[in-house]
Amino acid sequence: MQSEEWKFTAKDIAEKPDLFMSGHRACAGCAPAAVMRLILKATRGPTIVTMATGCMEVVSTIYPYTSWAVPWLHTAFENAAANASGIEAAIKVLRKKGRIKDEHVDVIAIAGDGGTYDIGIQALSGAVERGHDFLFVLYDNEAYMNTGIQRSGGTPLGASTTTSPAGEVIPGKLEPKKPIADIMVAHEIPYVATASPYYWRDLIIKVRKGLEVEGPAFLHVFAPCPRGWRSDPSKSIELSRLAVETCVFPLWECINGEYQLSAPSKVIAMAPQKKKPVKEYLAVQGRFRHLFTPKYEKLIDEIQRITDMRWQKLLKKCGIA
Amino acid sequence: MKSVEQKVLALNGDEAVAYAVKQCDVDVVAAYPITPQTIIVERFSEYVANGEVETAFVCTESEHSALTACLAASLTGARAFTASASAGLALMHEMLFVTSGCRAPVVMAIANRALSAPINIHGDQSDTMAQRDSGWIQIYAENAQEVYDSVIQAFRIAEHPEVLLPAMVCLDGFQLSHSVENVNVLPDDVVKKFVGVRQFPKVLTHEGKLAPLRLDPHNPMTLGPLAFPNYYFEFKRQQEEAMKKALEVIRQVHNEYAEISGRSYGDGLLDPYHLEDAEIATVCLGSTAGTVKAVVDELRSEGVKAGLLRIRAFRPLPVEGIRKALENVKAVAVMDRSMSFGGHGGAVFHEVRHALYDSDKRPFIVNYIYGLGGRDTSPMQIRAIYKDLQEIVQKGHVETPIKYVGLRE
Amino acid sequence: MTLKEKEKSWKEISIAAVCWKPSTEFLTGDWKTYKPVRDPAKCTRCLLCVIFCPDGAIHWKADRNDIEFDYNYCKGCGVCANECPVKAIEMKLE
Repeated sequence: MQSEEWKFTAKDIAEKPDLFMSGHRACAGCAPAAVMRLILKATRGPTIVTMATGCMEVVSTIYPYTSWAVPWLHTAFENAAANASGIEAAIKVLRKKGRIKDEHVDVIAIAGDGGTYDIGIQALSGAVERGHDFLFVLYDNEAYMNTGIQRSGGTPLGASTTTSPAGEVIPGKLEPKKPIADIMVAHEIPYVATASPYYWRDLIIKVRKGLEVEGPAFLHVFAPCPRGWRSDPSKSIELSRLAVETCVFPLWECINGEYQLSAPSKVIAMAPQKKKPVKEYLAVQGRFRHLFTPKYEKLIDEIQRITDMRWQKLLKKCGIA
Repeated sequence: MKSVEQKVLALNGDEAVAYAVKQCDVDVVAAYPITPQTIIVERFSEYVANGEVETAFVCTESEHSALTACLAASLTGARAFTASASAGLALMHEMLFVTSGCRAPVVMAIANRALSAPINIHGDQSDTMAQRDSGWIQIYAENAQEVYDSVIQAFRIAEHPEVLLPAMVCLDGFQLSHSVENVNVLPDDVVKKFVGVRQFPKVLTHEGKLAPLRLDPHNPMTLGPLAFPNYYFEFKRQQEEAMKKALEVIRQVHNEYAEISGRSYGDGLLDPYHLEDAEIATVCLGSTAGTVKAVVDELRSEGVKAGLLRIRAFRPLPVEGIRKALENVKAVAVMDRSMSFGGHGGAVFHEVRHALYDSDKRPFIVNYIYGLGGRDTSPMQIRAIYKDLQEIVQKGHVETPIKYVGLRE
Repeated sequence: MTLKEKEKSWKEISIAAVCWKPSTEFLTGDWKTYKPVRDPAKCTRCLLCVIFCPDGAIHWKADRNDIEFDYNYCKGCGVCANECPVKAIEMKLE
């Protein structure tokens, strides 16, 4: 892939003008907003972005203002991937008919966990089955944040949300996080990867790889939400590192069906003593606060167990015993 | 009228749709199959497989995604088409409003079919009637010929710079969609010339310049934003203005097409039949009008001053035209092939009464709910309706304003 | 939300709700309570703050070979201060 030859410095990234402009209305410390900026730093030419209803869509396109310096489309909540299908099909045929001159236009569909795991999964599954040439980026803040922090299929076990609140008898969400990226791998698409904004270089390269791939690509990006997670706004990026260091959100790629760990997670695989306990990660988020009471503390063990089990499974897939 | 030479093909309504779409230089067709529209997508996919069209044919995984993909393609600059019916159209409900709100001139054929429950695959108009608020132009065809003509006209109407609204062409399920008729088709080059190439309105973008309304990396713009209460209303008013303009545009396009094809349907909005001196008349949409015309002919030969008003364009509603056509009639039976539960009659009944309300002359207007779930309506049953109208005129009052045709009571 | 007198009528605005102002015209700087203050002596110009700022409110000025904070947009989240590897940024009460 060309991305392998793409060498860039922090300065290069810093100097590239922001195609996701300042003045959007995201909360202070919003990691998804940081992710939007980084995604657009990775574009390589003519690009069209389409988004599902959600935090990022709402904060960045409050009429008459827009934060997008690229052509941008939003239609509804569940159909970012269907939008992308229509755009991609149109571009291909219009180019054939000589009505578009661009040799290539990158199509990026961006949705939150709501618009991907749950209401959006049908359109996503259909679009990748049809093999459209586009990149789907999931910015995962682990709940339907825009409508008030309700649980989604991406909400992790034990998290308190407004529709899975921690109460007297129930300790938050009882179901583990849906393994969406593995579901996308099962669709046998050429490129699936996970990324986290702290590892900005890794994220940017993965976006570029997703764009370069011919056919569907899926990128799952971890994006802490200080408001919904009841965490310190200044720690949003740090949290995105902690998630990797605890293996709650490992970084990997699956290229044509072959899994490989990305450097930040490989470091831990090679030196397991570097793996931090999930407790460290849970302790700094208010949405897990109830787990630090005698009544529910057992759930922390369960979360650790599931994290370890998924980590071991991943290591196996990556050919690391 | 001197018209272009045409060939006659044996086509059913669905095939007529597919044939028309083939000739209209459509760029993207994204669709999902549902009885009784399936022949449209199947036939079209054959054209694609044989290289007869240069169209991206996307088999989406649902109707919601089908309309979404058409909308997105249309906003990218493509001429887009889809087709559906019944539950499929219902599934698209959300996106119908989005499509008209985005002012995307998508054209859709609907093979009218009953809505569940219970599930029924046969023809009635409840599916499209339920979407009359969605901001789409609605044209109802009487026969396969009109289906063919209307699909071609629909692209011109929808894409007209003063309209820019999506349009649906409605054909009764099975009765039209699956019945073979002689259809006169225009030559390919004539149709291609008639529909022309898509033009785009200029809009003000965030770069401070006017650019064609489309997703174009060379002129980036944001489509589908969030509009708060202080902004939303004005866009809806714009849509209504486009609907108003559509009345004239539908007429214009119809007349232009009539010059070329030699075929016309009233003035394009309303198709009156023996209404000039009619004392009793029915109002009807779609294929049943054909049966009514045959009954009217019979009645006329018996000396009865019977007439029919077929509404071709239901949205925008030709209020003035309906009023003028019916105000001199003494008793009118509005036939509804759908129901509006709890609404005291069907949608067409309500709207026709509305059109007549401000008139000085007040004909009796009654409602006949008919043909639900594909139930056939016979000439005898239609004669009975005219008989009822004669009684109403004779008695000078209405006993039962709403009746059901062929219902086992 | 009240309608200002200078808002345009339905006849004047472009159809289809196309956005006509870049968000850069909307200043979010008044959101902040704390303001990031950088010590240029400690700063190594690693540019992590420029990269991580969710609002793109920190710029690398190549012509001046230095970093500039745009307080017009800065919401005072503190991510820059938290991520700075040399703790060159302090969040000060506005």
